[in-house]
Amino acid sequence: MRRLAWAVPTLLLVTFLVYIALRLGTDPLQSYLRTNPRASKEKIEQYKSVNGLSSNYVLGYFHWLKNFVTFNWPRSIKGSREVWPELKDAMANTIRLGTFATVVGVSIGLFVGMFAALKPGSRRDVAVNTGAFLGVSIPPYITAVLFQLVFAVYWSRWFGKTLFPTSGVYPPGHTGFNLVLMLKHMALPMMVVAIQVIATYSRYMRSSLLDVMNSDFMRTARSKGISERQVLLKHGVRNALIPVVTIAALDIGSIIGGLIISENIFAYPGMGLYFLDSFTNGDFPLLMPWMVLVVASTLMFNLVADVSYAFLDPRIRLD
Amino acid sequence: MHFWIQGFVLTEFATISPKRMAMRRFLSHKAAVGSCVLLAIMVGAVILAPISARYGVNESVRKPPNTFLPPQKLAWFGTDDIGRDLYSRLIYGIRVSLIIGLFTAVISTVIGCVVGAVAGFRGGRFDDVVMRVTDLFLAFPFLVALLVIRNTLGSIGWLTAIIGDKSSVRFIVFLLSFFGWMGVARIVRGQVLALKEREFIEAARAVGATRRYIVRRHLLPNSIGPIMVALSFAVVGAITAESTLAFFGYGPQAGDGATSLGILVGAAKGAVQTGYWWIAVFPCFALVLISLAINFIGDALRDATDPRLDRGE
Repeated sequence: MRRLAWAVPTLLLVTFLVYIALRLGTDPLQSYLRTNPRASKEKIEQYKSVNGLSSNYVLGYFHWLKNFVTFNWPRSIKGSREVWPELKDAMANTIRLGTFATVVGVSIGLFVGMFAALKPGSRRDVAVNTGAFLGVSIPPYITAVLFQLVFAVYWSRWFGKTLFPTSGVYPPGHTGFNLVLMLKHMALPMMVVAIQVIATYSRYMRSSLLDVMNSDFMRTARSKGISERQVLLKHGVRNALIPVVTIAALDIGSIIGGLIISENIFAYPGMGLYFLDSFTNGDFPLLMPWMVLVVASTLMFNLVADVSYAFLDPRIRLD
Repeated sequence: MHFWIQGFVLTEFATISPKRMAMRRFLSHKAAVGSCVLLAIMVGAVILAPISARYGVNESVRKPPNTFLPPQKLAWFGTDDIGRDLYSRLIYGIRVSLIIGLFTAVISTVIGCVVGAVAGFRGGRFDDVVMRVTDLFLAFPFLVALLVIRNTLGSIGWLTAIIGDKSSVRFIVFLLSFFGWMGVARIVRGQVLALKEREFIEAARAVGATRRYIVRRHLLPNSIGPIMVALSFAVVGAITAESTLAFFGYGPQAGDGATSLGILVGAAKGAVQTGYWWIAVFPCFALVLISLAINFIGDALRDATDPRLDRGE
């Protein structure tokens, strides 16, 4: 409970820092003038006032905060669009992609890690280890570029038709909902993220399960005469999952990072592309809500990690 | 008597120094030794760049038409959009990337050691604050923080006077060190926390050693293993981070078209759609090779310096 109470001030503090960093770093006024070179004096004044861009950073922050909380969000610099619908769409796309990638990645990763840990030192263990090592060592954008090379260029050259499209959520001009098309478009960006997740989780799971397998209670369980399968599932995997779950919640940052990269390369209109676009434009009104969202979710997952750890492992108490 | 001598000889064998034991264990790790050799070759090629590269970094291989030549005798790895030899550019690129990686790793390890040791040894408020900040940074999407802080630092006038412009190599080193120390600090702190209750520290304190002396003479030397491991992973981290930045166009623009691995990989993004595979494949391959090699070395160092870790062989 105390941690939950701490989350709010932390959020405020971090958003304040982000506010300062963005104001210094992207210079919202300059970028506004750059994209709207013929803006009238009143327009500029109006832009400054709705965004809280006063020269006093503290006052400006509170002004911005007031507008943000009352949902009175300023419009974007470029084309003066509403921010919320855009953010909402990007969020929906990313959550879909991210959940899909995480679920696929974690389930395969856990399974593979288990598979390896059952026979440590065997050939399959070595194979899994090497594969995971490769997966961790290769940065996501390299996988993405190579995927693009293979699927966008050479697949159609070799086999005459494209297997997976390499950009967007739907083909251009498509309207309405189509699950198959959507999944096809998601396949490649999903795989880029999933490979990383698989590699990380199989390593965690392997080492965690190996730790558990060597512990005393496993021997006790075996000596009670329970079948090996029961021992493994009831005692082994359950206990091995405790540290893995914690890491999972903390890992959200790297998953978001992977998503940003893969969305950018595959032109998938999600949060990552949104961020990079608005960052390059210095689009302050678009950036701030994004930042708040990401900071909040990071904090939330941190909290979830702590709580779930205590929940899963009764030996640990939160103060 | 005879048996006694035999026993004596045996104990002689058993008491090789920990350093030599670690060395021996490291050498038994074949992938790591191979990686060392590979890296040595690369470093050699990079130092001897004027000899090992076939063309200058900005030199085109011959008169036009020379753009996008596929790999051939004239240009082993093909040429890029303005006819420059990719092989030579790769060597110059690896040079910049290795410099960034090494400098960043060393700087961030030094900072991390100091902060981690102080935080772990002193504890209290300082420890709390440092660890909270590190937690937050480690949990936050790295790329976002990197981009935002890059721009922020780059716009502070007096700072850029010291650390160079946003697109200089010096700036990138500074920026990546700014992030790099946290991981190291955590590891060192953990080590210090584990060590500081041990008897020999108590003994040192009992004879009146100052805190500083204890940290310098006992705590840091005893955590040299994990520090080395962290150092090697920091090199990979820096090289990858640099190339990520460059990939999105926020990396170093190291004057006069000198290049880095990241810039080369970034160029792949545009070339891929048109099917010039060599532009994508060779830089990516080089980057993966470097990061694999250093990762292997780091892994082997960890196995070698951590006596508790039993590999089950």
